[in-house]
This record gives sequence, C-alpha cells and structure tokens, in this order.
Amino acid sequence: MTSAENQELTVRDKTALNRSAEQTRAGAVFTPDVDIFETEREITLLADLPGVKPENLNIDLRDDVLTIAGETEDFRKEGQVEVVAEYESGKYYRQFTLSEMIDQSKIDARLNDGILRLTLPKVAKAAPRKITVKTH
Amino acid sequence: MVYRKLFGVPAWRIRSPFEELERMRNRMDRLINGFSRGSFETSSAGVYPLVNLTEDKENYYVYAELPGVKPEALDIEATANNISISGERKIPPEDEGAKYHRKEREAGRFSRIIQMPGDINPETVDASLGNGILSVKVPKAATEKPKKIVIQGE
Repeated sequence: MTSAENQELTVRDKTALNRSAEQTRAGAVFTPDVDIFETEREITLLADLPGVKPENLNIDLRDDVLTIAGETEDFRKEGQVEVVAEYESGKYYRQFTLSEMIDQSKIDARLNDGILRLTLPKVAKAAPRKITVKTH
Repeated sequence: MVYRKLFGVPAWRIRSPFEELERMRNRMDRLINGFSRGSFETSSAGVYPLVNLTEDKENYYVYAELPGVKPEALDIEATANNISISGERKIPPEDEGAKYHRKEREAGRFSRIIQMPGDINPETVDASLGNGILSVKVPKAATEKPKKIVIQGE
C-alpha cells in the first residue's frame, strides 16, 4: 500500500459493456471499476459510480447473481453548448455471480461521493460437520 | 506544485466555421469508431481528470468525474484564462483480514491545467462537488460575452 501513497492518477478509458443482446434505449453503457473483498463474515463491494444519484441506482440480487445498474444525467445541461468532451457519460451496468450464501435481509448499500459501498453479509454457517469414515 | 499543462488540443479555441466543421467530423468519427472498439477515443492530453467543457452566453462550465474525492482534498485555482484542478484521491484501508478478489479502483494525486477558450473572470468562479462529479462555473470576462446591439430606428 505504501507505494500507492504518492502515485499519480492516470487516465484510464472507461470500459464499454459488451452485451450480446442489444439495448432498446440508445446510450453508452460502461462497466464500473470495483473492489471486492471478503472477510469471514461478509463480502464488501466498492464501485466507482460518478454521477449516479441514489434514486437512479438499482441493486438486485437474484439466484446468486448480483446486478448493479446506475443511470447518470448527461453533462450537456439545458441551454449549454458542448465545447470539448473528453469523457462520455452513460449508464453503468455490471453483474457478479456470488458463490457464497448471502443473508438478503442484512444487505446494506451506501452511496457517497460517487462510490457505492455494498455490504453482503454471509449466512451464518452451521458448525462444520466432521464425517468419520468407518472401516469394517 | 508542478502542473502538467495542456498543449495541442485542437478543439479549445474555436474561431472559424471550418474548425467547427472539423470538430463535428471528429466527433462523428469518435462515435463510430469509439463504440465499435469498445472504448472512447478522446482528444485529451491524457491527464487525469478528463474534463468536459460547455458554455452558454454568460459562463463556461467544466465538468470532471472525481469519485471518492472529498472537497477538502481538492484545489481549484483560476487565472485570467486557466483553471487548475489538483488534488488527491484516497482509498482508505480496509480490515487487515480482508481478502481481496478484485482491486480495480486506484488512488493517487492529480493536477491539471485547463485552458479556457476565452478570457474569464477569475474572481467569481464557482465550484461544487456532488455524487462524484465536479462542476465548475466559470464566468466569461465582459469582453468575451456577446453584446446585443440595439438598432435604432430613425
């Protein structure tokens, strides 16, 4: 971590989503950058979603598939004329398959400064059962 | 602090209608090629953060995506026709026992000077940060604003 302290941020192109099905609505779709880490009790997902307001963010967990979908507003506001556009704004969409059982009732999602923090608590596991193999 | 200055971006000072056409053509190219290649080609100097610039009669507007940057870690300065944006994105450390599966987000410092297409009024620049987007409202200098000429009847 120490080397990251004084690192300079570099520009990275946003990754456009490759999806087999075509969208019904026009507009760019990007996959957000994420960090995912796990402790004994929970899985945490952090996603960069600049420009997404809480009301425009949808998080869905169904059959072990976690879907994050967010919409942003166009930076070209009413009455303003574009001079230079270096980045494109659009939707964010990303799916993950979870291998752990998640306690759906305790999922917590927070959106601050354009970052989503999603906490997915694992279902408390039953005590591990040791199976003894018998011989005749 | 050393700033990396922005040079050679053709679209910043647009004065003739031909440049305007050229810009439109570039945009079309970018849309057509950009989508098929899966990423956008931008005309930036490759310096973080990427910015978008719009204008109306009174102001220029600079936008940048800065997720996770706190207002206190961001510095914005204005001169006669430049806006400089510098700061640091910090990613606070998590639990020691956390096991990372993916680590795509990056932390670090950034600084950039953006040359405005015309003179500005640096005294009244207004900046706000919301949902990870920086918006800077830059009033144009009086000399840059279009003047309405009243036609007198005889």
